Amino acid sequence: MTQIAAIAVLIILGGVIASLVSGSIPAFKAFGFDFITTETWNPVTDKFGALASISGTITTSIIAMVIAVPIGIGVAIFLTELCPPVLRRPLGIAIELLAGIPSIIYGIWGLFVLAPFLQQYIEPALIGTFANIPGLSSVFAGPPYGIGTFTAGFVLAIMVLPFITSISRDVFETVPPVLKEAAYGVGSTTWEVVWNVVIPYTRVGVIGGVMLGLGRALGETMAVTFVIGNAHRISASILAPGTTISATIANEFTEAVGDLYTSSLIALGLILFVITFVVLAFARLMLMRIESKKGV
Amino acid sequence: MSLYAGRRRSNSIAMTLCFAAAIFGLGFLALILGTLVWRGVAGLNLAVFTEMTPPPGNEGGLLNAIAGSLVMTIIGVAIGTPLGMLAGTYMAEYGRFSKLAMVIRFINDILLSAPSIVIGLFIYELLVVRMGHFSAIAGIVALAVIVVPVVVRTTEDMLNLVPTPLREAASALGMPRSHVIRRVCYKAARAGLITGVLLAIARVSGETAPLLFTSLNNQFWSSDLNAPMASLPVVIFQFALSPYQDWQQLAWTGALLITFAVLTLSIGARWLAGKTVR
Amino acid sequence: MKLDKLLCAAVITAAVSMGSANAASITGAGSTFAYPILAKWADAYRKETGNSLNYQSIGSGGGIKQIEANTVTFGATDAPLTVKDLDANGLAQWPQIMGGIVPVVNLDGVKPGELVLDGPVLAQIYLGKITKWDDAAIVKLNPKVKLPSQAIAVVHRSDGSGTTFNYTNYLSKVSPDWKSTVGENASVQWPVGLGSKGNEGVAAGVGQTKGAIGYVEYAYSKQNKMTYANMINADGKTVSPTSESFQAAAANADWAHAPGFYQILTNEPGATSWPITASTFMLIHKKPSDTAAVGEALKFFDWSFEKGTKMAEELDYIPMPASVVTLIKKTWTADIVDAQGKPIYAAK
Repeated sequence: MTQIAAIAVLIILGGVIASLVSGSIPAFKAFGFDFITTETWNPVTDKFGALASISGTITTSIIAMVIAVPIGIGVAIFLTELCPPVLRRPLGIAIELLAGIPSIIYGIWGLFVLAPFLQQYIEPALIGTFANIPGLSSVFAGPPYGIGTFTAGFVLAIMVLPFITSISRDVFETVPPVLKEAAYGVGSTTWEVVWNVVIPYTRVGVIGGVMLGLGRALGETMAVTFVIGNAHRISASILAPGTTISATIANEFTEAVGDLYTSSLIALGLILFVITFVVLAFARLMLMRIESKKGV
Repeated sequence: MSLYAGRRRSNSIAMTLCFAAAIFGLGFLALILGTLVWRGVAGLNLAVFTEMTPPPGNEGGLLNAIAGSLVMTIIGVAIGTPLGMLAGTYMAEYGRFSKLAMVIRFINDILLSAPSIVIGLFIYELLVVRMGHFSAIAGIVALAVIVVPVVVRTTEDMLNLVPTPLREAASALGMPRSHVIRRVCYKAARAGLITGVLLAIARVSGETAPLLFTSLNNQFWSSDLNAPMASLPVVIFQFALSPYQDWQQLAWTGALLITFAVLTLSIGARWLAGKTVR
Repeated sequence: MKLDKLLCAAVITAAVSMGSANAASITGAGSTFAYPILAKWADAYRKETGNSLNYQSIGSGGGIKQIEANTVTFGATDAPLTVKDLDANGLAQWPQIMGGIVPVVNLDGVKPGELVLDGPVLAQIYLGKITKWDDAAIVKLNPKVKLPSQAIAVVHRSDGSGTTFNYTNYLSKVSPDWKSTVGENASVQWPVGLGSKGNEGVAAGVGQTKGAIGYVEYAYSKQNKMTYANMINADGKTVSPTSESFQAAAANADWAHAPGFYQILTNEPGATSWPITASTFMLIHKKPSDTAAVGEALKFFDWSFEKGTKMAEELDYIPMPASVVTLIKKTWTADIVDAQGKPIYAAK
């Protein structure tokens, strides 16, 4: 009985993969490998390429990670090493609770609060500052929409921040106190303890946690759909509207006309699943390693 | 002593940076919650809970969306929970170190963080296309699929906390294995198992992506599981992206309700987990 | 095991309450162009008859897809299907309501109707060739308006849309450049700009973004007090978006001789004609499987022709003229039949 249920979990995953593969066959038949390498997304001529969505997914996730990883780890260090003991528990609990807030909340906040703020104050300044610097001028090219790749990346960063923080904090706490005490005993500063003892000891776990956060960011739909701008273009400017795989599916799936269009969207879903699967599998293996360490 | 001063300086720089990160990170999260409460409370009134979603420019509330969310979440969790608990029990009690359990544990962790929109696509292919129309049933199944890995994980973790001597003692009294699990282990881990269910409810109550193309949406009260049904997240999505002030207000209020529900559930789950066997 | 009992009880009560049949409900999906009026009608209809119509404004492309897949009772689209497409899917089509598509902008200090645009300039803006509000081409049309040196933030639709179909159809008629690079369709490959979902999304996007331009059905502009632009029409005259100018364009339609009611109303001649006028078409299966729901839907549409005209005019839509309504009802009787070939709904 219980074994049957356990196998059902396997069947669910198998079902997901099978349905995605069968749904995306027409698209891959029609476009072959070009589907992944072309940017055209043209319902008029029934020509579809996933590159704009894939690159948008990866770009927003990278922006999110660049912002969230240092800050997340910083907050975790703060919580384990610096925080007054009175605050430690409530702050830790607060962070964990925030990790559970539905992404649509981040989306609605990004749309109504963050985007107008960026459009009015931040983006014009960025565009103006870098206008005359070759290279950077195209990275920060206007017009200031307030909505675009950077905004989506920023919202994602705030969304995965609690996630990365709480996992990092958990693995930091697996460091045997005796190691830290020994380091303090020979006169190390707090930072030296963190840098030379805690981080090397927990490196694998932290990377695993970051990868989990990355997996979340790659597959995130709602927080991104609100603020990405839904444009099937690859732009050099990170302020320009773009799209991600999940935003494309959420926006276009119910209205895709024609089998090839629908199939292309399902193929996008399959690509997303493969990308996240690889990232998550990698993260899980990392975390399993640290768990086996803990179990000894 | 200059070496020492340098070390002191780099220490204080690093620590200041960490402190700044904490302020920045926590500040932003506080800002989001603050905005949510500020904008959400403005629209809180009795009508929200007693009126249907209005056409643009009319007065209305979120009753059908709240009800739809409740119905789909409860039934989805009711379907997903037994399956998840059984699977979790297998992994903790029967196949703890078997190859199969290892593989399933891994797959389950993948499913736990798989993009929920992909689950939506899967259910669309599986149910919506076959049935020929959007329906609450499809939404419920999609939510159930999301519930399963959450429950599997917590069940397994909680049963692992039950001390082995308890099981051995019960077996020594001549209880069959299934009895041991039912009478002893479940009892010992009861609070933890309920925690898992609460976490699962919290997880699915805010899910939007899988509902977009399974249960769609419904302007009105519908109690037919075989027809499209409104749900709070989908309504928030629709209303927030509209130009109408009153719809945007309802979206904020809905967002506040969901957040409040999720936080309540999570806090409840933590409190229960704290009471479980240590 | 209290929890299990609780859950079981909850499920059983839920299932029991679900089983009870509710009043007839019709589902429809599609056009966001017609959503404001359909929502208003549905609300009034429910208050009058107790029957509810569940209409999801997911875009015309979605409406066509869902009716073809038979997931809804009716689909609504502002891009009419050709007779060939109708026959391929066994669908009946008729126009339900007409309205105007207007360019809306968000410029500080510019009031509704102050700005004048024409088709070629709109096309250049949407092609990304005109990027600043103080471009010579815009200044030439607006010698009196103070235009800022602001970047133009172009807003377009991200979903399959009949509004887009009519808009791009118009741009293709007036700009060879547009015709050769982008073309006309319910969803096209936009050279520039950000995409928003539905007329709602475009209206919200333009309302939120300084320096933005978008295109929406007039009701959206009116309901949200947006800054619309006047247009120069096919006769070279400047016209404002009003029900009169929409009416003047719609008067050119020859519904009686259009197979499947296929009519596009863009760039119509006439000194007072609004250049981007459109109709919303309803799609229903000719031999539906769920005859009861289709009967209810036709009853609702009949009611809207009968009693919905005033509500339509309040939102500046153009109701179908009585002569056309007679034609539409003939089509219902002739084409929408049950398995025995009997008409499903007897229109008076």
